[in-house]
Amino acid sequence: MNARILALHGGLLALLLVLHFVLPVYHHGNLARIMVLACYAIGYNLLFGYTGLLSLGHAMFFAAGMYGMGMPFHHLGLGAELAFLAGIGTAGALALVVGLLALRTLGVAFMIVTLMFSQAFYLMILLAARWTRGDEGLVLAGADRVLFGLDLTDPDIRYLLALGLFALCLSAALWLVRRPFGRVLVAIRENPERAELLGYDIFRHKLAAVVVSGMFSGAAGAAYGLMFGYVGASFAEVHFSIFPLLWVLLGGAGTVIGPFFGVLFMFYLIDISSGLTPAYMLIAGVALVLLTLFAPQGLAGEVRRRWLRWLP
Amino acid sequence: MSALLSTRALSKSFAGLRAVHEVDLDLAPGEIRALIGPNGAGKTTLVSMLIGRIAPTSGAILFEGRDITRLPAHARVRLGMAYTFQITSVFARLDVAENVGLAARRRLGGDRAAVARETALVLERVGLAGHADALAGDLSYGHQRLLELAMGLAQAPRLLILDEPTQGLAEGEIEAFKRLIREVAAEATILLIEHNMSVVMALADRITVLDFGEVLAEGSPAGIHASAAVQAAYLGTGADA
Repeated sequence: MNARILALHGGLLALLLVLHFVLPVYHHGNLARIMVLACYAIGYNLLFGYTGLLSLGHAMFFAAGMYGMGMPFHHLGLGAELAFLAGIGTAGALALVVGLLALRTLGVAFMIVTLMFSQAFYLMILLAARWTRGDEGLVLAGADRVLFGLDLTDPDIRYLLALGLFALCLSAALWLVRRPFGRVLVAIRENPERAELLGYDIFRHKLAAVVVSGMFSGAAGAAYGLMFGYVGASFAEVHFSIFPLLWVLLGGAGTVIGPFFGVLFMFYLIDISSGLTPAYMLIAGVALVLLTLFAPQGLAGEVRRRWLRWLP
Repeated sequence: MSALLSTRALSKSFAGLRAVHEVDLDLAPGEIRALIGPNGAGKTTLVSMLIGRIAPTSGAILFEGRDITRLPAHARVRLGMAYTFQITSVFARLDVAENVGLAARRRLGGDRAAVARETALVLERVGLAGHADALAGDLSYGHQRLLELAMGLAQAPRLLILDEPTQGLAEGEIEAFKRLIREVAAEATILLIEHNMSVVMALADRITVLDFGEVLAEGSPAGIHASAAVQAAYLGTGADA
Protein backbone atom coordinates (compact mmCIF):
# COMPACT_ATOMS: atom_id res chain seq x y z
CA MET A 1 0.00 0.00 0.00
CA ASN A 2 1.00 3.55 -0.71
CA ALA A 3 3.19 4.94 2.11
CA ARG A 4 1.41 8.32 2.27
CA ILE A 5 -1.98 6.67 2.70
CA LEU A 6 -0.64 4.35 5.38
CA ALA A 7 1.04 7.24 7.21
CA LEU A 8 -2.09 9.40 7.19
CA HIS A 9 -4.55 6.78 8.42
CA GLY A 10 -2.06 5.13 10.76
CA GLY A 11 -1.19 8.59 12.07
CA LEU A 12 -4.82 9.29 12.95
CA LEU A 13 -5.05 6.00 14.87
CA ALA A 14 -1.78 6.72 16.69
CA LEU A 15 -3.02 10.19 17.61
CA LEU A 16 -6.24 8.73 19.01
CA LEU A 17 -4.16 6.32 21.09
CA VAL A 18 -2.06 9.18 22.49
CA LEU A 19 -5.23 11.13 23.28
CA HIS A 20 -6.34 8.24 25.48
CA PHE A 21 -3.59 9.16 27.93
CA VAL A 22 -3.94 12.93 27.87
CA LEU A 23 -7.62 13.78 27.40
CA PRO A 24 -9.72 14.99 30.33
CA VAL A 25 -12.46 12.57 31.39
CA TYR A 26 -15.29 14.40 29.64
CA HIS A 27 -13.67 14.53 26.21
CA HIS A 28 -12.27 11.03 26.68
CA GLY A 29 -15.81 9.71 27.00
CA ASN A 30 -17.01 11.77 24.05
CA LEU A 31 -14.28 10.50 21.79
CA ALA A 32 -15.12 6.88 22.60
CA ARG A 33 -18.68 7.53 21.42
CA ILE A 34 -17.44 9.42 18.38
CA MET A 35 -15.22 6.55 17.31
CA VAL A 36 -18.09 4.05 17.48
CA LEU A 37 -20.40 6.39 15.58
CA ALA A 38 -17.62 6.94 13.04
CA CYS A 39 -17.83 3.21 12.23
CA TYR A 40 -21.51 3.77 11.44
CA ALA A 41 -20.57 6.74 9.24
CA ILE A 42 -17.85 4.74 7.45
CA GLY A 43 -20.42 2.05 6.66
CA TYR A 44 -22.90 4.63 5.40
CA ASN A 45 -20.22 6.24 3.27
CA LEU A 46 -19.41 2.96 1.50
CA LEU A 47 -22.91 3.03 0.08
CA PHE A 48 -23.47 6.75 -0.28
CA GLY A 49 -20.01 8.13 -0.98
CA TYR A 50 -18.55 5.30 -3.01
CA THR A 51 -21.53 3.56 -4.65
CA GLY A 52 -23.67 6.69 -5.02
CA LEU A 53 -26.76 5.21 -3.33
CA LEU A 54 -28.48 7.59 -0.92
CA SER A 55 -30.27 5.61 1.77
CA LEU A 56 -32.60 7.32 4.22
CA GLY A 57 -33.07 4.17 6.26
CA HIS A 58 -29.72 3.24 7.72
CA ALA A 59 -31.03 3.57 11.28
CA MET A 60 -32.63 0.16 10.74
CA PHE A 61 -29.20 -1.43 10.22
CA PHE A 62 -27.70 0.36 13.22
CA ALA A 63 -30.71 -0.70 15.31
CA ALA A 64 -30.68 -4.24 13.88
CA GLY A 65 -27.10 -4.55 15.09
CA MET A 66 -28.06 -3.13 18.46
CA TYR A 67 -31.16 -5.30 18.99
CA GLY A 68 -29.61 -8.33 17.31
CA MET A 69 -26.92 -8.06 19.98
CA GLY A 70 -29.09 -6.85 22.88
CA MET A 71 -32.06 -9.23 22.73
CA PRO A 72 -30.12 -12.53 22.94
CA PHE A 73 -27.78 -10.88 25.44
CA HIS A 74 -30.61 -9.72 27.66
CA HIS A 75 -33.13 -12.55 27.26
CA LEU A 76 -30.99 -15.59 26.55
CA GLY A 77 -27.89 -14.66 28.50
CA LEU A 78 -25.69 -14.96 25.41
CA GLY A 79 -22.09 -13.88 26.04
CA ALA A 80 -21.00 -10.44 24.83
CA GLU A 81 -18.69 -11.86 22.14
CA LEU A 82 -21.35 -14.00 20.47
CA ALA A 83 -24.02 -11.35 20.99
CA PHE A 84 -21.84 -8.84 19.15
CA LEU A 85 -21.49 -11.24 16.22
CA ALA A 86 -25.23 -11.92 16.30
CA GLY A 87 -25.79 -8.18 15.98
CA ILE A 88 -23.60 -7.95 12.88
CA GLY A 89 -25.28 -11.03 11.41
CA THR A 90 -28.76 -9.61 12.01
CA ALA A 91 -27.86 -6.33 10.34
CA GLY A 92 -26.27 -8.16 7.40
CA ALA A 93 -29.32 -10.40 6.91
CA LEU A 94 -31.69 -7.42 7.08
CA ALA A 95 -29.52 -5.51 4.62
CA LEU A 96 -29.63 -8.44 2.20
CA VAL A 97 -33.43 -8.59 2.25
CA VAL A 98 -33.90 -4.82 2.09
CA GLY A 99 -31.25 -4.57 -0.64
CA LEU A 100 -32.93 -7.23 -2.79
CA LEU A 101 -36.19 -5.27 -2.68
CA ALA A 102 -35.02 -1.64 -2.55
CA LEU A 103 -32.41 -1.97 -5.30
CA ARG A 104 -35.20 -2.45 -7.81
CA THR A 105 -35.55 1.31 -7.53
CA LEU A 106 -33.19 4.19 -8.25
CA GLY A 107 -32.59 7.71 -6.97
CA VAL A 108 -35.46 9.32 -5.09
CA ALA A 109 -37.48 6.10 -5.10
CA PHE A 110 -34.56 4.30 -3.42
CA MET A 111 -34.50 6.98 -0.72
CA ILE A 112 -38.23 6.61 -0.09
CA VAL A 113 -38.19 2.82 -0.09
CA THR A 114 -35.30 2.63 2.40
CA LEU A 115 -37.03 5.25 4.56
CA MET A 116 -40.24 3.19 4.56
CA PHE A 117 -38.44 -0.04 5.48
CA SER A 118 -36.68 1.76 8.28
CA GLN A 119 -39.91 3.21 9.64
CA ALA A 120 -41.50 -0.24 9.49
CA PHE A 121 -38.54 -1.61 11.43
CA TYR A 122 -38.91 1.13 14.04
CA LEU A 123 -42.63 0.41 14.46
CA MET A 124 -41.87 -3.30 14.73
CA ILE A 125 -39.58 -2.58 17.67
CA LEU A 126 -42.36 -0.60 19.35
CA LEU A 127 -45.00 -3.25 18.61
CA ALA A 128 -42.85 -6.10 19.92
CA ALA A 129 -42.75 -4.34 23.27
CA ARG A 130 -43.06 -7.62 25.11
CA TRP A 131 -39.49 -8.46 24.11
CA THR A 132 -38.04 -5.07 23.25
CA ARG A 133 -39.80 -3.08 26.00
CA GLY A 134 -40.79 -0.56 23.34
CA ASP A 135 -39.92 3.07 24.02
CA GLU A 136 -38.27 2.26 27.29
CA GLY A 137 -35.69 -0.04 25.77
CA LEU A 138 -33.44 -2.58 27.41
CA VAL A 139 -30.83 -1.74 29.99
CA LEU A 140 -28.03 -4.27 29.78
CA ALA A 141 -26.76 -5.43 33.16
CA GLY A 142 -23.30 -4.02 33.84
CA ALA A 143 -22.03 -7.20 35.47
CA ASP A 144 -22.57 -9.18 32.23
CA ARG A 145 -20.95 -6.64 29.94
CA VAL A 146 -17.61 -8.40 29.77
CA LEU A 147 -15.87 -8.87 26.42
CA PHE A 148 -12.95 -11.34 26.41
CA GLY A 149 -12.57 -10.72 30.15
CA LEU A 150 -12.55 -6.94 29.71
CA ASP A 151 -15.02 -4.96 31.79
CA LEU A 152 -17.01 -2.71 29.46
CA THR A 153 -18.18 -0.46 32.26
CA ASP A 154 -14.59 0.76 32.69
CA PRO A 155 -14.16 3.99 30.62
CA ASP A 156 -10.51 3.22 29.80
CA ILE A 157 -11.35 -0.18 28.40
CA ARG A 158 -14.31 1.28 26.58
CA TYR A 159 -12.11 3.87 24.89
CA LEU A 160 -9.52 1.33 23.81
CA LEU A 161 -12.14 -1.08 22.49
CA ALA A 162 -13.82 1.75 20.59
CA LEU A 163 -10.43 2.61 19.14
CA GLY A 164 -9.88 -1.03 18.22
CA LEU A 165 -13.24 -1.23 16.44
CA PHE A 166 -12.63 2.06 14.69
CA ALA A 167 -9.17 0.90 13.56
CA LEU A 168 -10.75 -2.27 12.20
CA CYS A 169 -13.50 -0.42 10.31
CA LEU A 170 -11.11 2.19 8.96
CA SER A 171 -8.63 -0.39 7.65
CA ALA A 172 -11.39 -2.59 6.26
CA ALA A 173 -12.88 0.37 4.39
CA LEU A 174 -9.46 1.43 3.13
CA TRP A 175 -8.74 -2.09 1.90
CA LEU A 176 -12.15 -2.43 0.30
CA VAL A 177 -12.18 0.82 -1.68
CA ARG A 178 -8.72 0.18 -3.13
CA ARG A 179 -9.58 -3.33 -4.26
CA PRO A 180 -11.09 -3.99 -7.70
CA PHE A 181 -14.48 -4.34 -5.97
CA GLY A 182 -14.26 -0.82 -4.55
CA ARG A 183 -13.13 0.59 -7.89
CA VAL A 184 -16.19 -0.91 -9.54
CA LEU A 185 -18.43 0.71 -6.91
CA VAL A 186 -16.94 4.09 -7.84
CA ALA A 187 -17.46 3.29 -11.51
CA ILE A 188 -21.13 2.51 -10.78
CA ARG A 189 -21.48 5.82 -8.93
CA GLU A 190 -19.91 7.72 -11.83
CA ASN A 191 -21.58 6.04 -14.81
CA PRO A 192 -23.63 2.88 -14.20
CA GLU A 193 -24.45 2.27 -17.86
CA ARG A 194 -20.78 2.39 -18.82
CA ALA A 195 -19.87 0.06 -15.95
CA GLU A 196 -22.50 -2.46 -17.10
CA LEU A 197 -21.07 -2.37 -20.61
CA LEU A 198 -17.61 -3.09 -19.26
CA GLY A 199 -19.07 -6.40 -18.11
CA TYR A 200 -19.79 -5.65 -14.46
CA ASP A 201 -23.01 -6.92 -12.89
CA ILE A 202 -24.34 -3.68 -11.42
CA PHE A 203 -27.09 -5.21 -9.32
CA ARG A 204 -24.81 -7.70 -7.58
CA HIS A 205 -22.21 -5.07 -6.84
CA LYS A 206 -24.83 -2.72 -5.40
CA LEU A 207 -26.33 -5.52 -3.34
CA ALA A 208 -22.92 -6.43 -1.94
CA ALA A 209 -22.38 -2.75 -1.09
CA VAL A 210 -25.70 -2.59 0.77
CA VAL A 211 -24.86 -5.71 2.78
CA VAL A 212 -21.33 -4.57 3.67
CA SER A 213 -22.61 -1.12 4.56
CA GLY A 214 -25.36 -2.67 6.68
CA MET A 215 -22.85 -4.87 8.51
CA PHE A 216 -20.59 -1.90 9.34
CA SER A 217 -23.65 -0.05 10.66
CA GLY A 218 -24.74 -3.11 12.61
CA ALA A 219 -21.29 -3.53 14.14
CA ALA A 220 -21.43 0.08 15.29
CA GLY A 221 -24.94 -0.39 16.73
CA ALA A 222 -23.99 -3.60 18.55
CA ALA A 223 -20.84 -2.02 19.97
CA TYR A 224 -22.71 1.10 21.04
CA GLY A 225 -25.29 -0.98 22.92
CA LEU A 226 -22.66 -3.14 24.59
CA MET A 227 -20.40 -0.29 25.60
CA PHE A 228 -23.00 2.06 26.95
CA GLY A 229 -25.38 -0.60 28.26
CA TYR A 230 -28.55 0.59 26.60
CA VAL A 231 -30.61 -0.70 23.66
CA GLY A 232 -33.40 1.72 22.73
CA ALA A 233 -35.94 2.34 19.99
CA SER A 234 -34.77 5.96 19.61
CA PHE A 235 -31.74 4.59 17.70
CA ALA A 236 -34.12 3.31 15.02
CA GLU A 237 -35.87 6.64 14.55
CA VAL A 238 -35.60 8.61 11.36
CA HIS A 239 -33.18 11.20 12.72
CA PHE A 240 -30.70 8.39 13.25
CA SER A 241 -30.85 7.77 9.50
CA ILE A 242 -30.25 11.45 8.76
CA PHE A 243 -27.22 11.73 11.06
CA PRO A 244 -24.89 9.49 9.02
CA LEU A 245 -25.86 11.40 5.88
CA LEU A 246 -24.92 14.70 7.56
CA TRP A 247 -21.72 13.27 9.04
CA VAL A 248 -20.61 11.96 5.67
CA LEU A 249 -21.55 15.14 3.80
CA LEU A 250 -19.66 17.25 6.34
CA GLY A 251 -16.66 14.96 6.59
CA GLY A 252 -16.35 14.26 2.87
CA ALA A 253 -18.36 11.71 0.90
CA GLY A 254 -16.19 9.18 -0.87
CA THR A 255 -13.20 9.58 1.45
CA VAL A 256 -12.15 6.93 3.96
CA ILE A 257 -11.04 9.36 6.65
CA GLY A 258 -13.81 11.94 6.19
CA PRO A 259 -16.65 10.26 8.11
CA PHE A 260 -14.64 10.37 11.35
CA PHE A 261 -14.13 14.12 11.05
CA GLY A 262 -17.78 14.59 10.15
CA VAL A 263 -18.88 12.88 13.36
CA LEU A 264 -16.26 14.74 15.40
CA PHE A 265 -17.22 18.11 13.96
CA MET A 266 -20.96 17.63 14.36
CA PHE A 267 -20.65 16.19 17.87
CA TYR A 268 -18.67 19.16 19.16
CA LEU A 269 -20.65 21.67 17.13
CA ILE A 270 -23.78 20.64 19.02
CA ASP A 271 -21.89 20.18 22.28
CA ILE A 272 -20.34 23.64 22.25
CA SER A 273 -23.30 25.55 20.85
CA SER A 274 -25.71 23.99 23.35
CA GLY A 275 -23.43 25.31 26.11
CA LEU A 276 -23.83 28.84 24.73
CA THR A 277 -27.52 29.15 24.06
CA PRO A 278 -30.73 27.14 24.21
CA ALA A 279 -31.12 27.98 20.51
CA TYR A 280 -28.12 25.81 19.75
CA MET A 281 -29.72 24.21 16.73
CA LEU A 282 -29.65 27.63 15.09
CA ILE A 283 -25.88 27.86 15.50
CA ALA A 284 -25.47 24.29 14.30
CA GLY A 285 -27.69 25.03 11.32
CA VAL A 286 -25.78 28.16 10.31
CA ALA A 287 -22.47 26.31 10.60
CA LEU A 288 -23.80 23.53 8.37
CA VAL A 289 -25.05 26.02 5.78
CA LEU A 290 -21.67 27.79 5.74
CA LEU A 291 -19.84 24.52 5.32
CA THR A 292 -22.04 23.40 2.43
CA LEU A 293 -21.51 26.79 0.80
CA PHE A 294 -17.74 26.94 1.14
CA ALA A 295 -16.72 23.29 1.28
CA PRO A 296 -19.43 21.47 -0.65
CA GLN A 297 -17.35 18.31 -0.81
CA GLY A 298 -16.97 18.15 2.96
CA LEU A 299 -13.86 18.59 5.07
CA ALA A 300 -11.76 15.73 3.70
CA GLY A 301 -13.25 16.21 0.22
CA GLU A 302 -12.08 19.81 0.21
CA VAL A 303 -8.61 18.80 1.39
CA ARG A 304 -8.47 16.27 -1.43
CA ARG A 305 -9.62 18.80 -4.02
CA ARG A 306 -7.11 21.46 -2.95
CA TRP A 307 -4.03 19.59 -1.78
CA LEU A 308 -4.09 15.81 -1.56
CA ARG A 309 -5.41 14.34 -4.79
CA TRP A 310 -4.24 10.89 -3.73
CA LEU A 311 -6.57 10.74 -0.71
CA PRO A 312 -8.56 7.48 -0.98
CA MET B 1 -18.93 -20.40 -42.77
CA SER B 2 -20.03 -20.30 -39.14
CA ALA B 3 -20.87 -16.76 -38.12
CA LEU B 4 -19.51 -15.09 -34.99
CA LEU B 5 -22.69 -13.10 -34.57
CA SER B 6 -26.05 -13.62 -36.24
CA THR B 7 -29.46 -12.10 -35.95
CA ARG B 8 -32.66 -13.76 -37.10
CA ALA B 9 -35.70 -11.61 -37.92
CA LEU B 10 -34.59 -9.14 -35.27
CA SER B 11 -37.21 -6.40 -34.77
CA LYS B 12 -37.84 -3.48 -32.47
CA SER B 13 -40.88 -1.25 -32.35
CA PHE B 14 -41.25 1.83 -30.21
CA ALA B 15 -44.95 2.47 -29.57
CA GLY B 16 -45.88 1.27 -33.04
CA LEU B 17 -42.91 2.87 -34.80
CA ARG B 18 -40.91 0.15 -36.55
CA ALA B 19 -37.31 1.12 -35.79
CA VAL B 20 -35.79 -2.19 -36.85
CA HIS B 21 -37.72 -4.74 -38.87
CA GLU B 22 -36.79 -8.41 -39.35
CA VAL B 23 -33.07 -7.92 -39.77
CA ASP B 24 -30.95 -10.98 -40.59
CA LEU B 25 -27.27 -10.28 -40.15
CA ASP B 26 -24.28 -12.64 -40.18
CA LEU B 27 -20.82 -11.46 -39.17
CA ALA B 28 -17.99 -13.73 -40.21
CA PRO B 29 -15.10 -14.10 -37.77
CA GLY B 30 -12.33 -11.60 -38.47
CA GLU B 31 -14.22 -9.34 -40.86
CA ILE B 32 -14.74 -5.61 -40.64
CA ARG B 33 -18.39 -4.97 -41.31
CA ALA B 34 -19.68 -1.48 -41.82
CA LEU B 35 -23.27 -0.61 -41.03
CA ILE B 36 -24.44 2.45 -42.91
CA GLY B 37 -27.71 4.17 -43.63
CA PRO B 38 -29.39 7.55 -43.43
CA ASN B 39 -30.13 9.17 -40.08
CA GLY B 40 -32.97 7.37 -38.34
CA ALA B 41 -32.43 4.15 -40.31
CA GLY B 42 -32.21 2.16 -37.07
CA LYS B 43 -28.46 1.58 -36.91
CA THR B 44 -27.99 2.52 -33.26
CA THR B 45 -31.20 0.69 -32.28
CA LEU B 46 -29.88 -2.43 -33.99
CA VAL B 47 -26.50 -2.44 -32.25
CA SER B 48 -28.12 -1.51 -28.94
CA MET B 49 -30.06 -4.74 -29.22
CA LEU B 50 -26.89 -6.65 -30.13
CA ILE B 51 -25.09 -5.54 -26.97
CA GLY B 52 -28.20 -5.74 -24.77
CA ARG B 53 -28.88 -2.10 -23.96
CA ILE B 54 -32.42 -2.50 -25.25
CA ALA B 55 -34.55 -5.63 -25.59
CA PRO B 56 -35.84 -6.65 -29.02
CA THR B 57 -39.57 -6.86 -29.69
CA SER B 58 -39.04 -10.13 -31.53
CA GLY B 59 -36.34 -12.18 -33.22
CA ALA B 60 -33.14 -13.78 -31.99
CA ILE B 61 -29.46 -12.92 -31.55
CA LEU B 62 -26.79 -15.62 -31.64
CA PHE B 63 -23.17 -15.22 -30.58
CA GLU B 64 -20.94 -18.14 -31.59
CA GLY B 65 -24.06 -20.19 -32.14
CA ARG B 66 -25.41 -19.49 -28.65
CA ASP B 67 -28.73 -17.71 -28.21
CA ILE B 68 -27.99 -14.55 -26.23
CA THR B 69 -31.28 -12.75 -26.88
CA ARG B 70 -32.22 -12.77 -23.20
CA LEU B 71 -28.78 -12.23 -21.67
CA PRO B 72 -28.18 -8.94 -19.81
CA ALA B 73 -25.57 -6.62 -21.28
CA HIS B 74 -22.85 -7.41 -18.73
CA ALA B 75 -23.10 -11.12 -19.50
CA ARG B 76 -22.72 -10.46 -23.24
CA VAL B 77 -19.63 -8.37 -22.54
CA ARG B 78 -18.22 -11.29 -20.57
CA LEU B 79 -18.74 -13.54 -23.60
CA GLY B 80 -16.42 -11.29 -25.60
CA MET B 81 -18.48 -8.43 -27.00
CA ALA B 82 -17.48 -4.81 -26.48
CA TYR B 83 -19.32 -1.63 -27.35
CA THR B 84 -18.20 1.96 -27.69
CA PHE B 85 -20.84 4.62 -27.30
CA GLN B 86 -21.95 7.00 -30.03
CA ILE B 87 -22.32 9.75 -27.47
CA THR B 88 -19.09 9.57 -25.53
CA SER B 89 -19.64 7.85 -22.21
CA VAL B 90 -16.46 7.83 -20.15
CA PHE B 91 -15.97 8.11 -16.39
CA ALA B 92 -15.48 11.87 -16.51
CA ARG B 93 -14.31 12.34 -12.92
CA LEU B 94 -11.83 9.46 -12.98
CA ASP B 95 -8.43 9.71 -14.62
CA VAL B 96 -7.74 8.27 -18.04
CA ALA B 97 -5.67 5.36 -16.74
CA GLU B 98 -8.45 4.32 -14.33
CA ASN B 99 -11.01 4.44 -17.16
CA VAL B 100 -8.96 1.95 -19.11
CA GLY B 101 -8.02 0.08 -15.92
CA LEU B 102 -11.69 -0.60 -15.20
CA ALA B 103 -12.05 -2.08 -18.67
CA ALA B 104 -8.94 -4.25 -18.31
CA ARG B 105 -9.51 -5.29 -14.68
CA ARG B 106 -12.68 -7.25 -15.33
CA ARG B 107 -10.65 -9.57 -17.53
CA LEU B 108 -7.34 -9.56 -15.65
CA GLY B 109 -8.70 -9.54 -12.08
CA GLY B 110 -6.76 -8.22 -9.10
CA ASP B 111 -3.31 -8.52 -10.71
CA ARG B 112 -2.28 -4.87 -10.42
CA ALA B 113 0.90 -5.20 -12.47
CA ALA B 114 -0.91 -6.87 -15.36
CA VAL B 115 -3.65 -4.23 -15.34
CA ALA B 116 -1.10 -1.41 -15.30
CA ARG B 117 0.83 -3.03 -18.14
CA GLU B 118 -2.27 -3.55 -20.28
CA THR B 119 -3.49 0.00 -19.56
CA ALA B 120 -0.16 1.52 -20.60
CA LEU B 121 -0.09 -0.61 -23.74
CA VAL B 122 -3.60 0.31 -24.85
CA LEU B 123 -3.08 4.02 -24.15
CA GLU B 124 0.09 3.89 -26.20
CA ARG B 125 -1.77 2.25 -29.06
CA VAL B 126 -4.50 4.88 -29.30
CA GLY B 127 -2.03 7.71 -28.71
CA LEU B 128 -3.18 8.82 -25.27
CA ALA B 129 -0.08 7.70 -23.36
CA GLY B 130 0.74 11.30 -22.44
CA HIS B 131 -2.69 11.84 -20.88
CA ALA B 132 -2.84 8.89 -18.47
CA ASP B 133 -3.12 11.09 -15.37
CA ALA B 134 -5.60 13.61 -16.79
CA LEU B 135 -9.24 13.45 -15.74
CA ALA B 136 -11.24 11.91 -18.57
CA GLY B 137 -13.70 14.81 -18.44
CA ASP B 138 -10.88 17.28 -19.11
CA LEU B 139 -9.91 15.63 -22.41
CA SER B 140 -10.90 17.20 -25.71
CA TYR B 141 -13.84 15.57 -27.48
CA GLY B 142 -11.61 13.82 -29.98
CA HIS B 143 -9.44 12.42 -27.21
CA GLN B 144 -12.53 11.18 -25.38
CA ARG B 145 -13.48 9.29 -28.53
CA LEU B 146 -10.03 7.70 -28.50
CA LEU B 147 -10.47 6.86 -24.81
CA GLU B 148 -13.75 5.11 -25.68
CA LEU B 149 -11.82 3.08 -28.21
CA ALA B 150 -9.08 2.35 -25.66
CA MET B 151 -11.69 1.04 -23.22
CA GLY B 152 -13.00 -1.22 -25.95
CA LEU B 153 -9.53 -2.54 -26.79
CA ALA B 154 -8.58 -3.11 -23.15
CA GLN B 155 -11.33 -5.70 -22.93
CA ALA B 156 -9.65 -7.75 -25.70
CA PRO B 157 -13.06 -8.48 -27.21
CA ARG B 158 -13.77 -10.93 -30.00
CA LEU B 159 -16.44 -8.62 -31.36
CA LEU B 160 -15.93 -4.88 -31.15
CA ILE B 161 -18.95 -2.70 -31.94
CA LEU B 162 -18.00 0.88 -32.74
CA ASP B 163 -20.85 3.37 -32.91
CA GLU B 164 -19.70 6.31 -35.04
CA PRO B 165 -16.15 6.28 -33.70
CA THR B 166 -14.74 9.00 -35.97
CA GLN B 167 -17.43 11.56 -35.22
CA GLY B 168 -15.66 14.71 -34.05
CA LEU B 169 -12.16 13.48 -34.93
CA ALA B 170 -9.78 15.71 -36.92
CA GLU B 171 -8.51 14.55 -40.35
CA GLY B 172 -5.13 13.49 -38.96
CA GLU B 173 -6.77 11.57 -36.14
CA ILE B 174 -8.99 9.74 -38.64
CA GLU B 175 -5.93 8.49 -40.54
CA ALA B 176 -4.45 7.18 -37.29
CA PHE B 177 -7.82 5.64 -36.44
CA LYS B 178 -7.93 3.73 -39.75
CA ARG B 179 -4.45 2.32 -39.13
CA LEU B 180 -5.42 1.26 -35.64
CA ILE B 181 -8.63 -0.48 -36.74
CA ARG B 182 -6.72 -2.44 -39.39
CA GLU B 183 -4.38 -3.66 -36.64
CA VAL B 184 -7.23 -4.54 -34.31
CA ALA B 185 -9.01 -6.45 -37.08
CA ALA B 186 -6.27 -9.08 -36.85
CA GLU B 187 -7.53 -9.96 -33.36
CA ALA B 188 -11.22 -9.11 -33.40
CA THR B 189 -14.28 -8.93 -35.59
CA ILE B 190 -15.43 -5.35 -35.99
CA LEU B 191 -18.90 -3.94 -36.54
CA LEU B 192 -18.57 -0.32 -37.49
CA ILE B 193 -21.39 2.20 -37.68
CA GLU B 194 -20.02 5.09 -39.66
CA HIS B 195 -21.16 8.12 -41.59
CA ASN B 196 -17.77 9.02 -43.00
CA MET B 197 -17.81 7.15 -46.32
CA SER B 198 -14.06 7.45 -46.86
CA VAL B 199 -13.54 5.56 -43.58
CA VAL B 200 -16.11 2.94 -44.59
CA MET B 201 -14.61 2.43 -48.04
CA ALA B 202 -11.09 2.21 -46.67
CA LEU B 203 -11.84 -0.26 -43.88
CA ALA B 204 -14.87 -2.41 -44.54
CA ASP B 205 -14.70 -5.92 -45.94
CA ARG B 206 -18.45 -5.89 -46.35
CA ILE B 207 -21.11 -3.25 -45.98
CA THR B 208 -24.69 -3.58 -44.77
CA VAL B 209 -27.05 -0.74 -45.66
CA LEU B 210 -30.00 -0.12 -43.38
CA ASP B 211 -32.97 1.99 -44.43
CA PHE B 212 -36.26 2.41 -42.55
CA GLY B 213 -35.15 -0.35 -40.21
CA GLU B 214 -34.66 -2.96 -42.93
CA VAL B 215 -31.61 -4.29 -44.72
CA LEU B 216 -31.62 -2.50 -48.05
CA ALA B 217 -28.44 -3.96 -49.45
CA GLU B 218 -25.39 -5.93 -48.43
CA GLY B 219 -22.16 -6.48 -50.30
CA SER B 220 -18.59 -5.47 -51.01
CA PRO B 221 -17.64 -1.77 -50.80
CA ALA B 222 -17.38 -1.57 -54.60
CA GLY B 223 -20.77 -3.21 -55.10
CA ILE B 224 -22.49 -0.96 -52.56
CA HIS B 225 -20.81 2.09 -54.02
CA ALA B 226 -22.33 1.34 -57.41
CA SER B 227 -25.75 0.36 -56.12
CA ALA B 228 -28.57 2.55 -57.36
CA ALA B 229 -30.82 1.59 -54.43
CA VAL B 230 -28.26 2.86 -51.92
CA GLN B 231 -27.88 6.11 -53.76
CA ALA B 232 -31.61 6.49 -53.76
CA ALA B 233 -31.81 5.98 -50.01
CA TYR B 234 -29.07 8.48 -49.33
CA LEU B 235 -29.83 11.08 -51.97
CA GLY B 236 -33.57 10.74 -52.24
CA THR B 237 -33.46 10.18 -56.02
CA GLY B 238 -35.74 7.60 -57.61
CA ALA B 239 -34.36 4.09 -57.81
CA ASP B 240 -34.22 4.34 -61.59
CA ALA B 241 -32.47 7.70 -61.65
